[in-house]
Amino acid sequence: MSWINLSALWKILVFGLVAGAGLPALFAGGLYAMSLGPHRARAATAGGEGGDSDVLIGGSVVGLVLAILAFLIVLAAVGWSIYEIYQIGHPAKK
Amino acid sequence: MATSIATGALGPRTAVAISGLLNFVGAFLSLAVAATIANGLVNTADVTLTVVAAGLAGGIIWNLLTWLLGIPSSSSHALIGGVIGSTIAAAGGSAVLWHGLVSKVVIPAVLSPVIAALVAAVGTWSLYRITRSLTEAARGHGFRIGQVGSACLVSLAHGTNDAQKTMGVITLALIANGTLAKGSNAPVWVIVSCALAISLGTYIGGWRVIRTLGKGLVEIASPQGMAAESASAAVILLSSSFGYSLSTTHVATGSIIGTGLGKKGAEVRWNVAGRMATAWVFTLPCSGLVGAGAYALADGVHGTFGVFVILIILAALSGLIFWRSRQSKVDHNNVNAEWTGGVAPEPEPASTAAAS
Repeated sequence: MSWINLSALWKILVFGLVAGAGLPALFAGGLYAMSLGPHRARAATAGGEGGDSDVLIGGSVVGLVLAILAFLIVLAAVGWSIYEIYQIGHPAKK
Repeated sequence: MATSIATGALGPRTAVAISGLLNFVGAFLSLAVAATIANGLVNTADVTLTVVAAGLAGGIIWNLLTWLLGIPSSSSHALIGGVIGSTIAAAGGSAVLWHGLVSKVVIPAVLSPVIAALVAAVGTWSLYRITRSLTEAARGHGFRIGQVGSACLVSLAHGTNDAQKTMGVITLALIANGTLAKGSNAPVWVIVSCALAISLGTYIGGWRVIRTLGKGLVEIASPQGMAAESASAAVILLSSSFGYSLSTTHVATGSIIGTGLGKKGAEVRWNVAGRMATAWVFTLPCSGLVGAGAYALADGVHGTFGVFVILIILAALSGLIFWRSRQSKVDHNNVNAEWTGGVAPEPEPASTAAAS
């Protein structure tokens, strides 16, 4: 009997990276896409007037559409994962 | 919830309330870990109710002591250590299913924080890289919103692993008593009461640990917070689905350290991490010793009365520890105060308060 279930550990690492790092990255991509456009936030200038703007929506329509798409994919992936976990955790009675 | 509170993504009380609720839901999501605890660690034939009571006492005492010191120790390991300790005291080492213990508890315990740190480091690095053209304020704003989502997922994940353990122990007790057949799943009333207990406990006492994790270990900005929470949620959920009882504490800490490593210029307070690592290494053996001691006491006093004796001592010690904690209080008001080297922040000097 093996003491370490390598295949399980491998799955945790790979799916962990995909979901735990990949989904936030997709979210970040959405933030980036959404920030593109004429109104994008400008950092404070060296002169110091006006603080950092924290405006998120930059005004580009394409960017916004892509962003929403990204966010929807993230939500769908999360929903699917939870569903899968539920299925695995409640094995059907024999 | 520590990272969401530290970055300001969620108000302290809101975060704790959401956490309580989602822990409750998560408890129902996957029953795999309860099965491991109830049937996979000790030979149920050798377990008596006294053993379970003593094991719980051992775990609880150790857990409360570390709570007082604000050290996020693994309640999972305290629980398992206590039960193992009392089982060995009662029936000897052969009653422990060592293979199950090592493959489903010890190995995941050691590897999961490493995996979580790796995932969080990669996540943090990519988050900062992808949003490098955003202003810091915009980035903070965006990720604080994202953190609400990831915080919810972590609470859900926590429910699937930690609530399960308490259910597993109760199921173990029921099996030991003969109420349930060997190999049974946890009954519904057990699931509900454990879920409620975890929610309540989070709401009452989480502040000290939230403070250590959110402020003491790494000064966290919201992209890091989201990366840490997502990494934790993913690793915990995946492990739970395999029935691996891991320490959500270890995973969360690993993630937080990973975010410190993934961001250029972030500082990891290694002395705090060191204190935690020491506490962790000692958790399994110490709670085991207390569990064994509790069993010896209960057995010496004979049967049911012995269990009552341990319960009274447990309640007294818990009360004492809780009373002691009020003297250096951490609650929703000062949980985010600047870190001054110890878990309880220094109180405002009286002259400043009077002057304002």
